[in-house]
Amino acid sequence: MYASSIADSPWLSPNHLVIGHRLKMWYSVQAGLFSKTRYVRAVDDVSISIGKGETVAMIGESGSGKSSLGRTLLRLYKLNGGSLMFDGKDITKAKESELAWFRRRAQMIFQDPFSAINPFHNIKFILEEPLIIHGVGGGAAEREEMVIRTLNEIKMNPPEDYLYKYPHMLSGGQRQRVAIGRAIILRPDFIVADEPVSMLDASVRVEILTLLKEVQQKMNIAFLYITHDISTAKYFSDRIAILYAGKLAEVGPYRDVVKDPAHPYTQALIEAIPDPDPSNRFHDKKVVGGEPPSLINPPRGCRFHPRCPFAMDICRREEPPMVEVKNGIYAACWLHIKK
Amino acid sequence: MGMALLEVDNIHLYYSTSKGIVKAVDGVSFELEEGETLALVGESGCGKSTIAKALIRLWERNVSSVTGEIRFEGRDVLHISDEEFRMQYRWKKIAWVPQASMNSLNPVLTIGEQMIEPLVIHHDVDKDKALMQAMDMLEAVGLPRDIVRRYPHQLSGGMKQRVAIAMALILMPKLVILDEPTSALDVITQANIMNLLKRLRREFKLTYIFITHDLALASELADSVAVMYAGKLVEWGSSDDIYVSPKHPYTVGLMGSVPTLRGEKKLTFMPGEVPSLINPPTGCRFYPRCPYFASRGELKGLCDRDEPPYIDVEHKGARRHLVSCWLYK
Repeated sequence: MYASSIADSPWLSPNHLVIGHRLKMWYSVQAGLFSKTRYVRAVDDVSISIGKGETVAMIGESGSGKSSLGRTLLRLYKLNGGSLMFDGKDITKAKESELAWFRRRAQMIFQDPFSAINPFHNIKFILEEPLIIHGVGGGAAEREEMVIRTLNEIKMNPPEDYLYKYPHMLSGGQRQRVAIGRAIILRPDFIVADEPVSMLDASVRVEILTLLKEVQQKMNIAFLYITHDISTAKYFSDRIAILYAGKLAEVGPYRDVVKDPAHPYTQALIEAIPDPDPSNRFHDKKVVGGEPPSLINPPRGCRFHPRCPFAMDICRREEPPMVEVKNGIYAACWLHIKK
Repeated sequence: MGMALLEVDNIHLYYSTSKGIVKAVDGVSFELEEGETLALVGESGCGKSTIAKALIRLWERNVSSVTGEIRFEGRDVLHISDEEFRMQYRWKKIAWVPQASMNSLNPVLTIGEQMIEPLVIHHDVDKDKALMQAMDMLEAVGLPRDIVRRYPHQLSGGMKQRVAIAMALILMPKLVILDEPTSALDVITQANIMNLLKRLRREFKLTYIFITHDLALASELADSVAVMYAGKLVEWGSSDDIYVSPKHPYTVGLMGSVPTLRGEKKLTFMPGEVPSLINPPTGCRFYPRCPYFASRGELKGLCDRDEPPYIDVEHKGARRHLVSCWLYK
């Protein structure tokens, strides 16, 4: 039944843990008291699914809707359309009171380790709080054991040194470890990590990515890794999905997409990112100009057409559907649609 | 090589805080030829932005001491009067695009009004003429001329960054200090700004100091690279040497943590934390994290006691390749 309803989006798998089908999440904005309410179409008909233990990188520029999509998959927002399945259960319209089981199995890691954890609580309580909320681990002694186990898992050794520390006594990298610890202490099946390393220095960034990967593999967690940085995604994703102006532009296995990107926007993103190479200074980059469109009034047709070097007539008139370009790679671009 | 445009000679800049003296920059020297771009790289807190503030002589009030020499075109500009520096050097010869400069525009003035201020003050030109010059400069950075009548909130982040660059260039300076000029921008906008900086460098024969934490991005502009760690310069040389054969264990570690999109490479990281700049380690400041110090017995009692000198190593690029590490002595 459900399998047939998602058949219009063949890049989804009915066996996946998380399935978002034709998701819509619009923010309403009212410019003045009597003016008409308008909508920012942050997520506009996006379908994505993530398998058990799979890592999907969600790539997009600021304002592309990647964070909104991540939060939508966690049912932190009400949907304006589409359906959301988790482990075979439809949670699209479930009430918050019916979602306790889901809240326990799906967690989030935020970008800013300085504001994501409460500065007035010590590390022990920060890690223990999810256990208390979900009534996991019986007594205090058992909970402390779980906190210590988690501190070991996030490589804060010896754990006793950190239990009674406060966030301000930790470095940015250590705080992000604590945020990861808080997310994994309940043994979730699904984690949305929203730019978890973008505020960290290069070396700490690799340290945290390495830890995330280790945790992900050890606990077989499905990850949505949200980032603007396609190059860090290389070290932490099986598949990638490219989002542009609230729409999915391309989705496929990481290596195949980066090696031979199908969508002109993906091509532009890849071209824009330099590798460390001293000869870069001798030539200019071939990059597209312009800026992403407003999501209140997105352009007709393909949303990338005003910036696209290959824009054709049809791109200005009609929205391109997602089609399979190559094995497992889907892109929404008229260049790949044979009429 | 000709005469250096800028020589930074053993500068120290200390902040005084309630916890003690923070040695943000502790004896840094480098130089720059006219037309050269130097990338000053390092992690947050290494002192790279503090050097920019010393060069433009705009530092916070809690700076307790600034010593050393900064020579611009052969003349010491660190010890001349504030008034003379303001009238002769700042913006006129040495300009600065501060970090997050796109948020430093004045929200209640039009772009034109804030752009012409230095022209009216420094060059004593009348307003209409100044506005024409502002429009020319906006055009040079790839913006439409009528932007002069707009307010900052009407522009996107990338456009505001272009305005900040245009403002820095309006008095035709020789040296431009770019402090993380693309940090809050999206990758495509960032690539466009890097292209712009390359074009402006050719067009106006500019010399850049490009401050960044991003080694991949630095390679887009840098002729030479100076790597800082905990207030010290640990390595300095031509890009062709630093990127191809980095010598200092810190530089090597930093390179190892830069992801590449195209080649295959295993990422590595350096365990440990950046030391406190109030009580930095004696000897080499990197020794507590250095893999060589940890594995080689003969380095004990050396790296953790004596500060390493700068050692000339073999180089292919135009500059000497200097590294401050006992491994090369």
